Amino acid sequence: MDFNDTPEEAEFRAEARTFLDKHVRPLKPGETAGGVLERDDPEIVKQAKEWQACKKDNGWACLTWPKEFGGRAVASNLNVVWNQEEGKYATAANIFGIGIGMLGPTIMAHGTDAQKSQHLERMARGDDVWCQLFSEPSAGSDLAGLRTSAVKDGDDWLLNGQKIWTTGAQFSEWGMIVTRTDPNVAKHAGLTYFIVDMKSPGIEIRPIKQINGDSGFNEVFFSDTRVPDSNRVDAVGNGWAVALTTLMNERSSIGAGGGGMRAEDLIRLAQDCTLNGRPAIEDSAVRQKIANFYVNASGLKYTGYRTLTALSRGTTPGPESSIGKMVGAPMAQELGSFATELMGITGSQISGPQETYLGSPGLRIAGGTDEILRNILAERVLRLPPEPRMDKKVAFREIPTAPPGK
Amino acid sequence: MNFDFSDDQKLLQKTARDFLEERSPLAVNRNVLESDLHYDADLWSAAAEMGWQGATIPEEYGGAGFGYLELVLIAEEVGRSLAPIPFDSSVYLATEAILLAGNPEQKKNRLSALAAGEAIGTLALAEGRGEVHPNNIETRFEGGKLTGTKLAVANGNTASFAIVAAKAGDGVALALVDLSADGVTRSPVDSIDPTRSIANIEFKNTPAEPLGDAGQGWEVLQRVLDRGAIMLAFEQLGGASHVLELTKDFTMGRYAFGRPIASFQAIKHRLADLYAAVELAKSNCFYGAWALSTDSDELGIAACNARVSASTAFDLGAVEMIQMYGGVGYTWEYDCHLFYRRAKHDSVVLGSPAEWREKLVQRLVAKNAA
Repeated sequence: MDFNDTPEEAEFRAEARTFLDKHVRPLKPGETAGGVLERDDPEIVKQAKEWQACKKDNGWACLTWPKEFGGRAVASNLNVVWNQEEGKYATAANIFGIGIGMLGPTIMAHGTDAQKSQHLERMARGDDVWCQLFSEPSAGSDLAGLRTSAVKDGDDWLLNGQKIWTTGAQFSEWGMIVTRTDPNVAKHAGLTYFIVDMKSPGIEIRPIKQINGDSGFNEVFFSDTRVPDSNRVDAVGNGWAVALTTLMNERSSIGAGGGGMRAEDLIRLAQDCTLNGRPAIEDSAVRQKIANFYVNASGLKYTGYRTLTALSRGTTPGPESSIGKMVGAPMAQELGSFATELMGITGSQISGPQETYLGSPGLRIAGGTDEILRNILAERVLRLPPEPRMDKKVAFREIPTAPPGK
Repeated sequence: MNFDFSDDQKLLQKTARDFLEERSPLAVNRNVLESDLHYDADLWSAAAEMGWQGATIPEEYGGAGFGYLELVLIAEEVGRSLAPIPFDSSVYLATEAILLAGNPEQKKNRLSALAAGEAIGTLALAEGRGEVHPNNIETRFEGGKLTGTKLAVANGNTASFAIVAAKAGDGVALALVDLSADGVTRSPVDSIDPTRSIANIEFKNTPAEPLGDAGQGWEVLQRVLDRGAIMLAFEQLGGASHVLELTKDFTMGRYAFGRPIASFQAIKHRLADLYAAVELAKSNCFYGAWALSTDSDELGIAACNARVSASTAFDLGAVEMIQMYGGVGYTWEYDCHLFYRRAKHDSVVLGSPAEWREKLVQRLVAKNAA
């Protein structure tokens, strides 16, 4: 047991620092790295693209991608070393995670040679931003229940329908979309996957204002949007398998997270707030609660170390890694809630804890709800029986979508 | 980064598991539970032959000279099998106290007997309900004589010697006392887990010797408890993991409404939560093992994390196990109660999780201030 870098990791880390020192400045205390683009700000998009191009030109982009597609084919543990180091610097927002982490690997696995050569190099260099068009208003956790249709029209397909929760659609050049091409077969069998030019006629993008005031997500409407058949990824009717490739990569592209309030911050807050005429940190109920947060946060942190160790031995993260979000997201919500209450009347004023409180409900839903994650752990890790399915062998158009008579 | 045990260490763990599955299935725990025995003496001797009791004792004192990373993996298996042997008080606490604070004479006299399994050691701490605190210790240690009464002493019936927290002047000292000495009265009391028996012990002018420097007894005790907490946390982890496996298997085999009950989300989600609790405990235990093996500055905080996390997982598992087994889970015949007993005993034997949460916050506040 040893927390130090292996010689290979140490060398890679030093190399990364040399590059970073040359191009960006380290973060100041209290400053957060990168950040997420929540609004359509052309200046931020421009900065993000410049930083990505700089990384690409110097061999620091898409580290785990194969060399033939513009990557460096490094092992996952070295990629983590890079992420740790980059996280210490004041870099531009990362608007490429979905493309490079999830959609690029999908094209590599299922795309045509033409698609690979047209897109992967540009994606890696940050020339194009990509978004993922999966969720629909009536198909969230039940992803394969999606209804956006694609109908063949000569050499093209005509898309109609609505997607939702599309991160970064406002500034994306390209999107990856799953559509229904045959409602007369069972629902997983009638899906087809496409690459879509987000500037095509017939696409309307409407940002969704979230409960915390940010607008990271969008609704995207398709009205007779024309997509050439050459943009189809894999066979007609094989969209579910392609979508699974994308989703598997979502898991491995999820980083250590961070941001938001931490258990240590809660101690400082409890020292500043008063309860029963004394600093709240002296209150036993407050102390017990803080301890639980800290113990669970530590457990998650060290679980991350175990994952890193497995990565450094060449394994890929499995469904076990679902516990990070399953435990972390509700904990963030409880922490934000508890800290807000600790502040008494001033708890209604927005500062750190309130931001965590307002932002955390989304964490419990995005990328798989708490409930879906429990199913994943139960079915894929513990190998318990899958949910009984009423819809699996029925033609899609016959699956009920509302109570009878409505 | 290498946050895992080595292949050799895992092999040692596998050997321990195989041995205990063969020699100490749950029926052995039950035999002890249902008899007047306090532990399984043959199993204890067999463990000593394999060097388990002497895992961290130097070879010059008859120990096996493994190390803490090896010992915690053995502890995990002892916990998994609910082996009815007094590993907790003797190996994690008494041995550790003598290693930390014993003079050369005490090490020579005690450690080889501990390693050979001939001696069973324990700590005698509590004098009333609730936490052990310098303010509520009244037992006195003066002029080489010990007087006072200690409650719920782990393995108090069978231990050959005890390390007793007592007042000496204004401070707390540790006294090393043979339980066969004059003026010792042991009164067995019912234990929530009779495979971890307890006794009240009264000392009347009992001859005893100091362990460690006078005035530093409390400090030494905290170090012993921190280190013991990490080792015991591995036992709890082993118990919790076993509970998860048994409960999973049971719910897969038990049908209701025409389906295995494990196919209901109400069951699946609870098993997923238990899985998460076990994984968090495992990670915190690993960190504790690292802190123990390197004597890190982080040991105090790591001990609290491991103890709270492992107690949470084992307690949750034991409670959920009975609930998911349903009515049969509440019967004497099924094994659920063996885990239910051990989990609660383990939760309190070194001080309750609430006490360890309090200790954690004290340490975090001190660390923040530094």
